[in-house]
Amino acid sequence: MSEHIIPSKIYYMIWVTLMIFTVITAAVAFVDLGPFNTVVALIIATFKATLVVLFFMHVKYTSEKMTKTVIMAAIFWLGLLLILSLADFATRATG
Amino acid sequence: MAETSALATQEHEHSDLQHHFADMEQQKEASTLGMWVFLGTEIMFFGGMFLAYLVYRLKYYNEFATGSQSIDIWLGTINTIVLICSSLTVALGVKAAQRGKRKLLIVLIILTLIFGLAFLGIKGIEWYQKYQEHHVPGISFNISDIQAAHPHTPLNPGHAQLYFSLYFALTGLHALHMIIGIGIFLALLWMAWKGRFGPDYYTPMEIGGLYWHFVDIVWIYLFPLLYLIDRKHIP
Repeated sequence: MSEHIIPSKIYYMIWVTLMIFTVITAAVAFVDLGPFNTVVALIIATFKATLVVLFFMHVKYTSEKMTKTVIMAAIFWLGLLLILSLADFATRATG
Repeated sequence: MAETSALATQEHEHSDLQHHFADMEQQKEASTLGMWVFLGTEIMFFGGMFLAYLVYRLKYYNEFATGSQSIDIWLGTINTIVLICSSLTVALGVKAAQRGKRKLLIVLIILTLIFGLAFLGIKGIEWYQKYQEHHVPGISFNISDIQAAHPHTPLNPGHAQLYFSLYFALTGLHALHMIIGIGIFLALLWMAWKGRFGPDYYTPMEIGGLYWHFVDIVWIYLFPLLYLIDRKHIP
């Protein structure tokens, strides 16, 4: 099989990075950044999730374009759901 | 399986190749794609609940922020670390299966199961704390302790109940996925024990791994939303 064997070193590096950012995001929660607490926490979460998808779930190494299409489609639909709904609720005159 | 091999024309046909696939590569790609489509539906499934959480947080901010401050950030952080460790053992496990390293694979699957059970145990402790504090939605629901901690912010118990309903629904649904994941990994442990996996066939380990990593990603988002983002804004 033409499978790509990913060096274990990469997995350990990803694991260390995920651990570091978990500690960072927990520490930042104790600092008052106003509305940016949410922004920073969600950016870190998205960064961590991206690392898991690309390396642990092998998406970076797959040659299968259909897999990537499915992932992009899922993220797109989730985006529609969240962005359009929140655009409505966040801009109502009365909550 | 045996019949499939007998019908096979090429001598290198693998006994795990189903008759409707041309070769092992195609079979694996089809299985992986199928798993990703399933995970796409899971994203929408959890997405609806995340949306409900975000909308009600916008609407009833005081109750959601004080509710969030009442759950244990340390247990949440420890559980995040436990899950990330389990994702590492799964990733290494898929690689061990791919290289046919049976003993290493068995050890890594058992480690994954231990991390998964540790997560559920810590979750159980957290839920029990909430139960003792009367924060479980229902007839004995009571937030007088939260109200006492924030005397200048009048809190509506109904809205607080909404926060805790979503907290239990989101963490409960995630915990259910963990329990299913543990079932999947017990089956994978059995297959690994039988020496089923090698360079030609490790698809069950690969797609079981995709499921486990997905459940990890759901937690990566639940952790900031439930535990972190409202820590410092005392209304």
